[in-house]
Parts: sequence; structure tokens; C-alpha cells
Amino acid sequence: MVPEVGHYALILALALSVALTVLPLVGAQIGNQLLMHTSRSLATGFFVFVAIAFACLVIAFIQDDFSVSYVAGHSNSLMPVYYKISAVWGGHEGSLLLWILMLSGWTLAIAHLSKSLPLSLRAQVLAVMGFVGVGFLLFILLTSNPFDRLLPLAPQEGADLNPLLQDFGLIVHPPVLYMGYVGFAVSFAFAIAALLSGRLDSAWTRWARPWTNTAWAFLTIGIALGSWWAYYELGWGGWWFWDPVENASFLPWLVGTALIHSLAVTEKRGLFKSWTLLLAIFTFALSLLGTFLVRSGVLTSVHAFANDPERGVFILMFLLVVVGGSLTLYAFRAPVVHKSVRFSLVSRETFLLANNILLITIMVTVLIGTLYPLIADALNWGKVSVGPPFFNVFFVPLMGFLCLLMAPGVSSSWKRTSWQQLRQLLTRPLVVSVAAGALFPAVYGDEYHWEVALAVFIGVWIVSAGVSDLLYRLRHSRHWRDGLRRLTLSYWGMQLAHAGIAVTTIGVCLNSAYSDLRDVRMAPGETVQTSHYEFVLEGVEQVRGPNYVAQEATIRVSHDGEYVRHMKPQKRRYLAGGNMMTEVALDPGLFRDLYIAMGEPLGDDAWAIRVHVKPFVRWIWLGAIFMALGGGLAVADKRYRKLAQRQAEAAEPSLTGEART
Amino acid sequence: MQRLKLFIPLIVFALLAVLFWRGLSLDPTEMPSSRLGDAVPAFELPTVDNPEATITPAIFKGQVSLLNVWATWCQACRIEHPFLVELAETEDIPIYGINYKDDVEEAKRWLEQLHDPYEFSIVDKEGRLGLDLGVFGAPETYVVDKQGIIRHRHVGIVDQRVWDEEIGPLVARLREE
Repeated sequence: MVPEVGHYALILALALSVALTVLPLVGAQIGNQLLMHTSRSLATGFFVFVAIAFACLVIAFIQDDFSVSYVAGHSNSLMPVYYKISAVWGGHEGSLLLWILMLSGWTLAIAHLSKSLPLSLRAQVLAVMGFVGVGFLLFILLTSNPFDRLLPLAPQEGADLNPLLQDFGLIVHPPVLYMGYVGFAVSFAFAIAALLSGRLDSAWTRWARPWTNTAWAFLTIGIALGSWWAYYELGWGGWWFWDPVENASFLPWLVGTALIHSLAVTEKRGLFKSWTLLLAIFTFALSLLGTFLVRSGVLTSVHAFANDPERGVFILMFLLVVVGGSLTLYAFRAPVVHKSVRFSLVSRETFLLANNILLITIMVTVLIGTLYPLIADALNWGKVSVGPPFFNVFFVPLMGFLCLLMAPGVSSSWKRTSWQQLRQLLTRPLVVSVAAGALFPAVYGDEYHWEVALAVFIGVWIVSAGVSDLLYRLRHSRHWRDGLRRLTLSYWGMQLAHAGIAVTTIGVCLNSAYSDLRDVRMAPGETVQTSHYEFVLEGVEQVRGPNYVAQEATIRVSHDGEYVRHMKPQKRRYLAGGNMMTEVALDPGLFRDLYIAMGEPLGDDAWAIRVHVKPFVRWIWLGAIFMALGGGLAVADKRYRKLAQRQAEAAEPSLTGEART
Repeated sequence: MQRLKLFIPLIVFALLAVLFWRGLSLDPTEMPSSRLGDAVPAFELPTVDNPEATITPAIFKGQVSLLNVWATWCQACRIEHPFLVELAETEDIPIYGINYKDDVEEAKRWLEQLHDPYEFSIVDKEGRLGLDLGVFGAPETYVVDKQGIIRHRHVGIVDQRVWDEEIGPLVARLREE
């Protein structure tokens, strides 16, 4: 009964989303207030019915209803209840439902948090959200229904969830990542509404910016969570593999980052308008592209999802309609640039333009690397795969250049910046960061690494230039506390996010330079000695878990002869599916991780064991947390709400008048 | 003129869409063997049972046969093995093994314990023959025709379904050639 209710709720949600697409849009076109006002209640209804459907699927999982095909394929009565719930999005159908739930949630949020938005704009934005909802609801109902039953012969027991997914990572990573992906649908909807109405002023950007920042912050955390999960769960010791699906989440992040900066220019200076719209469309298009690549089977990836050509065709069609349609609209409606506002060569506009060009270049190289196997296959150039060396060759120098420009970007002013101002603000940071970069590798570690010197220089450069800019802004205040109070939250957000980039950069580079990676054969009693750490395998014994048996090694770790702790990596065999799993033993720390994973047994009680010492690996994710918090601070800035309120009041009469004519 | 520039993104997207459309009908996991349509590469190797023997590709001439790559370290081979034993008993087709990068003594023990479906198993300890064949990993099975030409490759386990749908019909056809 419950699954049927869920199925029915999805159909109702589809009907409501169709209405949400059509009615407000028609209303905005003909200036009918009543039709435009339906958008809020329709958006609410859309959310409510999707939420009911989602709840029904959750109930089916909790009750072990294995007559539902999707539940039977992804759950098992032995699993703890929190994994049963997260198993809801452990497969294609359920994760799609989660996607839609997020979409309807964002739609609801716009409907109820945007009271300051002019009615017609709100109607159009919600209609676009509704349209995206129609596409995904059709997709789930026609090709991937999670409520399909296995009747009359329902299995007694489920097939179990892939043990890799029975983990905290699955509970948090997909929801947060999808919040980011789907959040960019809001920026997209704002862009389409701007194109439809022809209204693209600084008020519009002030409405769009907080939503974009929120989505970006979620996506940042979502990607970082995925990277952290891969790090501790896969047992390979890596944290980023340039896998197509990772890239699929990274592409919208890159363009989204460009969008955030371009929106700043559009808001403050009224420039880059068409460009901003294009970025908003691209960001969401790349989110959709990610969905297409993951679920159609056109690329091979460790994230093997449902590889069903029929689904691929559907998403491709949807992609064509959404992206093709919006780019067509863009081509006809985007404002053509009139060179009325100028800025000089050295100005914040120039630096932000450089930021955008670099980010888009990085995005294009990652996109080409990701799609190259497909391109080569389609053109009969043979089967190829593109590995990390390709990505690193382009990514590292471009990203380094981007980071270098960050400091003058922050220190410059709009319109025109004198060289003198830059010199005044940046001389001290330059001296400090060059010194820090040159000294750090000499003091830390046993060998002098040039790339470390460079990374530390860049990291300190960003942070010290930020501090220098902060001091500059406080220079006129009688007391520094007054000055601090006058700085806006979005300024702090910017500083924090930039510091996050610095932290991640340092983490990535120091980790790759100083990591000590050893894959060794160890028998009980044997020792592995790294430069400072000593690992002794004391023994391997069998232990039992709730749904697995494991071989557990006990390894004694000491640092320069001093006892640190015992670490216990496991090799697990899950009883339901017979899957083998590596359970990594981790000793995390701010300045270094110890990482031990068990490989295969090699006979005579010996095991292949992977022993890694990874300095600064936590900084990679710590930086991402800073970035996301920065995004959050910017959203919390009061001025968006206040200004938006005033602008809306000012805009409302003229706009409705305009719509009526 | 300015307006035309705004069409560039649309054109780029259209090209990408064509690519994706083409991509949907391609299978990225399908790996064509470089040897498909060619003779089995030259080799001169002993067998698991007889280290003195020298086997050459001449064995493939005259009848349709299967060439199965296996190893004792390969878990999937253990799953596949019973079906090969069954196949050797029920179907009239010679199966040659390639014992790939393996320990010969362990391979002997494996064949004693689990039955031996092979005519004999060629010892490819260094993996040289596997390299020439373009083997990805074990198990892998090749269908070789009467002229000793490789006509088909199956990556992964051969089971009843693979036999019924993929290999069996092909073998029947090749026999009639």
C-alpha cells in the first residue's frame, strides 16, 4: 500500500509541477496577478507531494518491504536502520528521488523566502523550477520508478547494499552534493527569468547572489565530503582521482565559482551582464551533464550507476530541451554589450575578468579530459583513457596563476587602481610570503622541495594580502574595533573563502610532496621504518562484526622511538554478498595522518600492507570548510535583504505597469 | 554582429549534444582485442603437467577451440571453473588453458582438486603470451577457429548464459565454415 501511495504522490507532484510551469508563466506574460499568485501555493504543493513520495520510500526501506524491487536490490534486513535510510539514495532510482526532493525543497524556499521579489519575477523563477521538476519527474516515472514491485514472487531477503556504501559517507555526501547541484537550478531559474523579462539590473543580481552563494557553499562541502569519503573508505590512500564522476561535480563548481565573482561585477558595476547569465546557464547545464554522464553509461567510472541507454536517451533529450532552449533564449534575448561603462587596465574588474577566464579555461581542460575517451571512441580513434597526468599538467599551473592573482584582486579598487596603491598594499605581503615560502621547506622535512616553497609562498601570499587589505580598510577608524564593526559580513566571507583556498592549496601540495607511501609485505613481528615512524605488525586475528567477519591486524606505531598508539586495519568479508572490503586504520591529525590498509594475504601469515604517512592531508578539507563558511557568511550579509527590500518596493509598480502594456 | 556572437554557446552545445548522442550507442567497457581476426600470436611454451613439452599455435589448426586464461590467484576463475568442467563433459569442444602469471605447483594442485577441464594448460609464467594476446586479466576466453584465427573474446566469467547467447552460437557457426 505504502509504495502505491508514493507512486501516486509522484504522479500528483508531476501534475502540480506542470501547472507550476504553465500558470505563473502565462500570468507573467499577460500580466494576470491571480495566475502569478498561484506560483507560491503550487510550489508548496509540488514540495509536499514529492516529500510524501520520499517518505513512502523511506518507510518501505525501514519496513524491509522487499516486494519493492528497488528496496530488494539495495537493502537487507540485517542492516542497521540508519543505513537502511541512507540506502534510499544508494542506487539510481532513489538518488534521483532525492534529487527531486532537493529541487522541490529549493523551490519551496524561493516561494517563501523571496517576499521582496517582484511578483512577476518570482512567478517566472518558480515556473522555471517547475519546468526542471517536470523533466525529472517524467524521468523518474517513465524510466526509473523506485516503487516498482516484484510481484507475485517477492524475495524473502534483500540483496544488501554495496558494503562500500554502508558508511557515514553515504549518509551525508549525496544529500549535501545534491543540495549544491540542484541549488544551481535556482541561479539558472533567475537567469532565465531575467532573459524572459529583460530585467537584469543590480537589484536582480542582489536577489540572485545569496542563492548562488548558498548552492556554491553546499557544492563545496559536498565535493569535499566525497573526497574525504574516498580517502578513508576506498583504501587507496588518495583523495582525488580525476574520475569522470568526480569531474562531473567539479565542473559546476569551477563555473559556479566564476559565476559568484562575475555576479559581484554585475552587481557593483553593471558589467559582464550577458556573461553572468551565460555562466548561470552553464553552471546548471554542467550539473545536468554530470547527471547524464553518471547515469547513462557513456563513460566508465568507479561510480558505476545504472547504465541504461534508455535513461541516457531521456536525459540527453532533457538536456537538449533545457540547455538548448535556454541558450537559444540567451542568443536572442541577452543584452548586447554597449560599451558605456569603462574600467582601466588595473582595476578590480580586470582581475575578476582574469579570474573568470582562468576558471573557464580550467573548466574546459577538465571537460575535455573527461570527455576525451568518448570523443576518441565516437571518432574511431580507438579506446583511450585520460589519467591524472593530463589534468595535473593544466590544472596545477592555471590554478597557481589564479591564486597569485587573488591578492591583487582583493587589494584593488573598482574602476581604477593606482600602481601605488597595489605597491603599498602588497609589498609587505610579498616579502613575508617569499620569506615563508623559501624558509618552510628548509625547516620542515628532510629534503628541499621547490614545489613546496611555491605552494607555501602562494598560501601565505593570499592570507597576508588579505590581512594587509583588512588593515588598510581599518586605517581611518579611530579605534580598530569601530572599523571592524563597519566591515560587512560578505567582506568577511570573501576573506574566509580565499583563506580556504590558501589552506587547501598548501594541504594539496605539502601532502603530495611529503607523503611517505609504502606498500610492503609484512609478517607478524616485522617492522616498517619510515623517516620518523616505526610500524610493527604484532599479529593478525579474526574478528566478527554484525554482518561481516574480518581479519584484523594489530600494528604498533611509534614516533622517533616513542609509543604513539596501536592501529587496527581490517580486511572484511560481508556475509550477505561475500564482498571483500578494506577497512582502513587512520590516525588523523592536523599536521599528519597515519594511514594503514590491509591488502591481500601473501601466505605464511604475511600480508600486503599499505602504510602511509600523509602530512597536511586534513588541510585539503579544512580549506573547503573555510570556503563554504565564507560562502555562508556572504549569504548572511544583511545588506542583501535590506537593499533587495527597498529595490523591490521601488520596482514593483513600474514592473507591473510594464507587464500590462 | 554582436548578436551573432551570442549564438556561439548554442553552437558549441549542439556539437557536444551530437557527441553525446553518438556516445549513447557506444559501450565504453567493450574492449576490442587487438588480435581479433588475427592468428594466435607465436609462442613456444610448456604445459602445467609437462615442463618438457613445447606447445605452439599449431595445436589450434583443424578444429574450433576455446582458449581460456586462468590463474589460481584469480577469484573469478574459481567461480568460472565448475562451468568449464561441465562444458568439457557435455560439449564436444577442446578447451585449452593459459595458466597466466601463476605458480605451477599451485596450478597443479588446483587442477587436481577442482578437476581439469582443459586439454592441457599452457604455462605463461611471465605473462608474455598474455601480453601478446592483449589480456586484461583473468578470466578471459577466446574462440579460435579451424585456421587458428581468434574470432571472439570474452572478458570475465563464462557461464551458461554467456555460452548460450554468445559463445555457443558462434562456435556452431564457425564449425560450418
